[in-house]
Amino acid sequence: MLRLENITLGYDRQVILRDISLSARRGEVVGIIGPNGSGKSTLLRGICRILQPKSGRVLIDDSDIAKMSRIEIARLLAIVPQAPSLPETFTAFEIVLMGRSPHLKRFRFESKKDFDIAWWAMGITGTQEIAERQIDQISGGQKQLLTIARAMAQEPQLILLDEPTAYLDINHQAETLDFIKKLCYEHNLAAVAVLHDLNLAAQYCDRLVLLSEGRVYAEGSPDEVITEGNIREVYGAEVCVYPHPINNLPTTLIIPADSRKQSPEVFDE
Amino acid sequence: MPVLFTQNCSASSFPIRKTMNQNDIRSSRTATTGRMATPHSLRWRSRIIAICGLVILLPIIMVFAMSVGSADYSFITIWKIILSQLPFIDLTDNFDVNELGRIEDAILQTRLPRVVLGGLVGSALAVAGATYQGLFRNPLADPYLIGVSQGALLGAVIGFLIAFGNQEISQFGPVPVFAFVGAIAAVLAVYFIARTGRSLPVTTLILAGVALGAALSAITQYLIIASGDSDLHSKVMLWMFGHIEDEWTKVLYTFPFMIVGTMIIWFYSRSLNVMQLDEEQAEQLGINVERVKVILLVCSTLVTAAAVAFCGTIGFVGIIIPHTVRLIWGPDHRFLLPLATLVGAIFLILADTLVRFARPFTGAEEIPIGVITAAIGAPFFLYLLRKKKRGTYF
Repeated sequence: MLRLENITLGYDRQVILRDISLSARRGEVVGIIGPNGSGKSTLLRGICRILQPKSGRVLIDDSDIAKMSRIEIARLLAIVPQAPSLPETFTAFEIVLMGRSPHLKRFRFESKKDFDIAWWAMGITGTQEIAERQIDQISGGQKQLLTIARAMAQEPQLILLDEPTAYLDINHQAETLDFIKKLCYEHNLAAVAVLHDLNLAAQYCDRLVLLSEGRVYAEGSPDEVITEGNIREVYGAEVCVYPHPINNLPTTLIIPADSRKQSPEVFDE
Repeated sequence: MPVLFTQNCSASSFPIRKTMNQNDIRSSRTATTGRMATPHSLRWRSRIIAICGLVILLPIIMVFAMSVGSADYSFITIWKIILSQLPFIDLTDNFDVNELGRIEDAILQTRLPRVVLGGLVGSALAVAGATYQGLFRNPLADPYLIGVSQGALLGAVIGFLIAFGNQEISQFGPVPVFAFVGAIAAVLAVYFIARTGRSLPVTTLILAGVALGAALSAITQYLIIASGDSDLHSKVMLWMFGHIEDEWTKVLYTFPFMIVGTMIIWFYSRSLNVMQLDEEQAEQLGINVERVKVILLVCSTLVTAAAVAFCGTIGFVGIIIPHTVRLIWGPDHRFLLPLATLVGAIFLILADTLVRFARPFTGAEEIPIGVITAAIGAPFFLYLLRKKKRGTYF
């Protein structure tokens, strides 16, 4: 579905990501993990062509997005930005309705169908209750959910998420990722999500891509990517990785500095 | 202007009817069709009613404005005279034939053009203000923000200096031409200074506008002082606060700019809505941000320049009208822009009526209309702010 072929991304002369290749199939959630500044968000910007790749190609269903117009891209893929700025006097519903924008002809108003799709998107994100509220009366977490609703109103084939759970509590983190995953399976979408939390990434992503210093360090199933060795190497952090008690997926536990002194045997491992 | 409040808040908070639970929607998407409670469409309806109401109100206000002046003509008389100008309608049977020519002349050649010009300028400033505020996502943006007024003023002063000798301010001389050219030149300069590569960062644009504006003002001040003409200063002051004249030629020259500019701005109103998110999100939603930005900048600058060239820099309209409309009818530009156009026209016509009404009391000089707009506009705006008390309103 989505295929990146050796893309190099950067701002002006500075190169952030070099020679990245990856792919995402329909119905699959691909997680991008990596330390701060490893180019995770830049990668998303490159995929949706907000940032033009310096070299390489981005293919969606085998067509090069460099040859598409902005509207065509917007109909194919939606992005959920991290900490989006939303205009404060618009209502939540109006914001979600903006997701219909790429499907509308110029000078046209939204039709009944557009209203219904926006309302449906608010339904799956559980934001219908706040539909008529103004943005300045809405919490950060709800804003996050609204941008996901807006992305779904775009009816995309591919959804890019930049830290979709950054402002959510643990219940909403799970709920949000649950339904993103469900949407991918049910509507046969592909999703690429940048995640900071290694445990969420391991639990919800079918495949993980670990970025380090502008390159792909490791790629594969959560078990293959999240290992104590990889984490130490890329993040420089001391962690224990254990299988999750219910589903055996790798679970990362941090080791505080004082605990390391107290139990040197863990450290030696 | 109490009429403005008729729609006030009538549809601001509708409870959301929950016609289905989340699982329903999740399981079957097509089932939602036709069942959604859309308080949104109700809000749209109230805005459309408001537009229709204002369209009907505008000619009534215009005729009312025409009835005020040195000679009082009744409301009915003016209607009859104007309607009689249309083919196949003649309502002037019962007028004295000698009287008729005089009244017709007073109404059609003096009062009508003045009212029309006032309406055009008011709507131009309001719509340009709304566009700038939307474009820059800044509530303080006004039509003169990026060097328009300073450029126009410098142009006007040069125009005055050239026209030295036949100084009648109302005369259609070099002043409007130079003011128009000055406004456009200033904005072009700001645009090319602020442009980096293919993009036009909004903050750089505003900063460049402020800096260039200061430089242009300095040159203007120098020219005024260096000319040694004490008259020039008072003329420039008068021009700065704005004045609306009763000449069809001015209407003729401003009309095309305003109609074309306003229409194009209206066409981009949905894009402007999406651009309220931020540029990256708008781009990702399929808007060609850079192109829309340039088109809207060009249109609102042309519209403002045309207004400034003939009527001077009338302050406050471009800030107060869009905000008032936004406070009453919400921020959706598809309604905001047409509503601002109508309310702006009505506001400036009424303000100009006050200028003419006050003429007997102020001696030979007319009060500049900018004084009136500020004197009425500012308190009214503050009242609205207090009434809404929503903290942020943009």
